[in-house]
Amino acid sequence: MSVHVAPVRVATGTFADDWRAVKVVWKRELIRFSRNKPRIVTSLAQPVLFLFVLGTGLSHLIPGAAGFDFRTFMFPGVISMTILFTAIFSAVSIVWDREFGFLREMLVAPSRRWAIMVGKAAGGATVATMQGVIILALAGVVHVPYSPVLLLTLLGEMALVAFMLTAFGLALASRIKQVESFQVVMQLFVLPMFFLAGAIFPLTGLPLWLATLTKIDPLAYAVDPMRRAVFAHIPIPPEVAAGLNGGVTWDGWRLPSVLALAVVGVVGLVLLGIAIVRFSKTD
Amino acid sequence: MSSEPAVLVEHLGKVFDDITAVDDVSFDVPVGESFGFLGPNGAGKSTTISILCTLLRSTTGSARVAGYDVTSHPADVRRHIGLVFQDSTLDEYLTAEENLRFHAELYGVPRDLAEERLRDVLEMVELWERRRSVVSTFSGGMKRRLEIARGLLHSPRVLFLDEPTVGLDPQTRAHIWSYIEELRRRESITIFLTTHYMDEAEHCDRIAIIDHGRIVAIDTPEVLKSSVGRDRIELRTADDRAVMSELRDRLGLEPTIAEGAVRIYVPNGDRFIPTLFADLTVPILSVSLAQPTLDDVFMSYTGRTIRDSEASSAERLASNPFIRRRMGARR
Repeated sequence: MSVHVAPVRVATGTFADDWRAVKVVWKRELIRFSRNKPRIVTSLAQPVLFLFVLGTGLSHLIPGAAGFDFRTFMFPGVISMTILFTAIFSAVSIVWDREFGFLREMLVAPSRRWAIMVGKAAGGATVATMQGVIILALAGVVHVPYSPVLLLTLLGEMALVAFMLTAFGLALASRIKQVESFQVVMQLFVLPMFFLAGAIFPLTGLPLWLATLTKIDPLAYAVDPMRRAVFAHIPIPPEVAAGLNGGVTWDGWRLPSVLALAVVGVVGLVLLGIAIVRFSKTD
Repeated sequence: MSSEPAVLVEHLGKVFDDITAVDDVSFDVPVGESFGFLGPNGAGKSTTISILCTLLRSTTGSARVAGYDVTSHPADVRRHIGLVFQDSTLDEYLTAEENLRFHAELYGVPRDLAEERLRDVLEMVELWERRRSVVSTFSGGMKRRLEIARGLLHSPRVLFLDEPTVGLDPQTRAHIWSYIEELRRRESITIFLTTHYMDEAEHCDRIAIIDHGRIVAIDTPEVLKSSVGRDRIELRTADDRAVMSELRDRLGLEPTIAEGAVRIYVPNGDRFIPTLFADLTVPILSVSLAQPTLDDVFMSYTGRTIRDSEASSAERLASNPFIRRRMGARR
């Protein structure tokens, strides 16, 4: 009997092999996202509601800001909200993967665990940034100019915060076995993170306890540079700007945008590291 | 390749909290053999397979798969094994082709080989025409076939099949088995499967009967069956209880009730049947005589049929990490 033995030529454990794993995990996130049209629409409904209903309603409460649209102020906050919810939703997909078995396909592969986590983080960040871009397209409606410099600045900042938030979600989700438990975690972290970020109210003149809490919210370090970028591109009376454009301060010192963004990046890397370590444990 | 067995297990044990799922198990599987783990659910089959696939760590003992130690070289083991689990591990949002491409990338199959190999395996399981369909549109049998194709994509040396045909209709099961046979012929790979179907175990070169985490017998199906040494006679009677006491008292046998009939084991059953009619006073409705099956082998080693142990093993399911996870998820 003649037997054809197929060549066993598979990954040898080089970095190039793991890099292929990163790319394919990333690609899968994009394919799944593009096939889930209802998800794209529903995750846009919330930011639109915040911007046009809450934003319009609140603008009547803000005194003295003649000729200034409060929704312009909220715009960077609403973009971060879109990114926050999309990124966390992407990270939960790892819990769904566990529940529906696909995670095992990844866990039994020879690729290293970090590659899977990095691919997931990159995929979630890309998807969240894309959702943010859709909201960004509404800029004109709330008097934010379509200046290329501003759009590129915001895009870069969005990608960075999307990465940090996906890493945050993965760090939480990496050992969670049930979707229900993740929903609890969502309630515990996601809404506080959003409210404390200065997304819908300025971080100036807050009582000490609240000001302290905002300083430990990594999302606040992303909203501030985004808002400063927007404010730099619109005509705005200085006294109005002073009241609304208050960002994160350390001991009274206003962090420059670059430093705030560096905080976001470092927090993202640390969270990704935590996610990888937690994910790599074997029972 | 060296003459080292495809799977070599020595004194393997796994304890979950206080449940011993696998208890001092030793065996080896030579290259090219198809080897089956036969036993009821909760007997430790899935736990053993999970350890061999590096998904779980053993508590004691050692195991080598495809020449690599599962604890010290898990990545090497993973590169050389294919896996088909009893629960689907496909991404239902992706097409058949995308699922396989994902696998090829994850296993580092060279790109120039991947396309040809992908076509080969999909044609073998007759899914090439459906390669662009999203998996959620597939039937259970098609999904299982796709998983088998995927498990073969990277030319593994050992293919692990955990209950490969559970939940499938008999026709699909027969189909899957013909793929597996085809596979062995074409790729000469070692097949390691777990099952609780007797007829499925018959396809194996050798089987290990596992019960309560221990191997109670290991050999070819033929040798195991002949080792029973007795034929099985099943009686349907008007009064099972009376018949059982007569069998016990008058003929010195040890009758059991299994699957609704009184069952006895005797050497040379064909010559024993006339004695039954002569000695029993209770009317006999029917008598059947059968050569020993693997179920009888299981019975002779454990005192129960597999089906009966299934019923009483519900709580032992908890010792299977995957089932436990799934049960938890449904709550």
